[in-house]
Amino acid sequence: MPTLASLSPALPEIVLAVGAMVLLMIGVFRDDDADNGEFIGGLAIVLLVFAGALIVMQPASSASLFNDAFVVDGFARFMKLLVIIGSIGALLLSFSYLRQVGSLRFEYSVLVVLATVGMLMMVSANDLISLYIGLELQSLALYVLAAFRRDSVRSSEAGLKYFVLGALSSGMLLYGASLTYGFTGSTSFPVIASVATTTDGVLNIGLVFGLVFLLVGLAFKIAAVPFHMWSPDVYEGAPTPVTAFFASAPKMAAMAILVRVLGTAFPQAAEQWQQIIIFVAIASMLLGSFAAIGQTNIKRIMAYSSIAHIGFALVGLAANSQEGTRGVLVYLAIYLVMTLGTFACILAMRRKDEMIEDIDELSGLAQTNLPMAFVMAMLMFSLAGIPPLAGFFAKFYVFAAAVKAGLWPLAIIGVLASVVGAFYYLRIVKLIFIDDAREKFLDVERYTGIVMVLSAIFIIGFILVPGPLIEAAEAAAKSLRF
Amino acid sequence: MDIGIGHYLTVAACLFTLGIFGIFINRKNVIVILMSVELMLLAVNINLVAFSHFLGDLTGQVFALFVLTVAAAEAAIGLAIIVVYFRNRGSIAVEDINMMKG
Repeated sequence: MPTLASLSPALPEIVLAVGAMVLLMIGVFRDDDADNGEFIGGLAIVLLVFAGALIVMQPASSASLFNDAFVVDGFARFMKLLVIIGSIGALLLSFSYLRQVGSLRFEYSVLVVLATVGMLMMVSANDLISLYIGLELQSLALYVLAAFRRDSVRSSEAGLKYFVLGALSSGMLLYGASLTYGFTGSTSFPVIASVATTTDGVLNIGLVFGLVFLLVGLAFKIAAVPFHMWSPDVYEGAPTPVTAFFASAPKMAAMAILVRVLGTAFPQAAEQWQQIIIFVAIASMLLGSFAAIGQTNIKRIMAYSSIAHIGFALVGLAANSQEGTRGVLVYLAIYLVMTLGTFACILAMRRKDEMIEDIDELSGLAQTNLPMAFVMAMLMFSLAGIPPLAGFFAKFYVFAAAVKAGLWPLAIIGVLASVVGAFYYLRIVKLIFIDDAREKFLDVERYTGIVMVLSAIFIIGFILVPGPLIEAAEAAAKSLRF
Repeated sequence: MDIGIGHYLTVAACLFTLGIFGIFINRKNVIVILMSVELMLLAVNINLVAFSHFLGDLTGQVFALFVLTVAAAEAAIGLAIIVVYFRNRGSIAVEDINMMKG
């Protein structure tokens, strides 16, 4: 019988889960006045910050709980912090937008917190069952968030599409999990690894099938090519702050669980999954770079951009080394900040009562709002990976790891793809600085501005002081077995 | 004839494939997609229970119970989203889900 104290490694999740339910109760029983949404939202942010602080204060050693189904190590803590930063950032961006469109209901923040609990569980999952439960807790909350503007056809259509394809991917993942369980006799990652190793070097074909189905399910969740088709539609249709959330926190969690499944449950099948990851990485980088060229809706562009970025992050995973994992972690951290900053800029694109999503409307932003134009241009340069901004170092670390692992072609294709991708980022910069000015946007909302400024500080700050992030990622990567 | 694990796996694989095809080939109604998703999850459950029986290990059955529970929640949320969509669009035909194209 576990004592209460032995549950302490799961304290952040427990706090968030209980907190979400408390928030729900407060929201229901509080007088339904106009600021209910903001009040609960503020409490949700406090709750997330508190959970983040708990994660930071956890001891550096690794611990496991619930019969090894839940593990807290350096890797999990690093990724959990990223997830929580993503959630807080998305919440900060949400309130002014939701108030504007009249959808600021308190359930929004509760759903974000519940999705975050699911993501934290995914990051810590060390067993197929806990992986599945965490993934579904996250997904079910996200389906509802995508359809959160109940009066909008586009939002509900985005929710419907996301639901259908998300359910399909969960089905694939589960089928893979069932095969993996059947052919190894266990759902625990370390046991799966040890059982598969003893079979004289030849991997059971059923296990390979299971691995492939698991990978398909997870590739859906990170929107990697060829399982990306839902993401541009969902990104475009979902309310913009929800899109910001989709592009940040869930990707962190899904990449984390992908790295953990491949690294701890299937290290002996590296030869098999490396081929798949290399293919997926190349396809994602190329498609993400080429398909965005013809787009004019900035949310769609960000969808393709995030497909490409996931491709770049997968390059580090394909290297299958500690250095590669460190590259993935650094990449994800930098990508997270860049995405939140870019979405803050997108949310600042508004006139009177309407949100602007067409990139042509950014034309001449430098003449009407220079600080925002500067931040946005810097984010675009960073997303394109132009030195010396943070985005360049992110790419540098994954490519360096790939080259060290002997994956020259992969690194070369990656560099070429990022050159192609630079085209559409630079097109936005050109629009902002060179083209004629259009009507001015409304003033930037306070919290949107805060997120924008913080991301800009991070991107410049990383050039000057890269040490802390790199060291943290190094320590996190070390805690995974390679 | 003895019914072995291969038979169960074949049935489950057939059901699973039917579910996937149901999602992709179906051009009529979103409810059918929901049923196909359910079919996929139940195929997985057959797999899990069959493996659990032949391995003599209970984990698979526990897993199947979790899957059942989550499938119920998923169906509820799916139906809710379909209702919201129908209110806005006045139709749940698959070919009408085309506001965004890319």
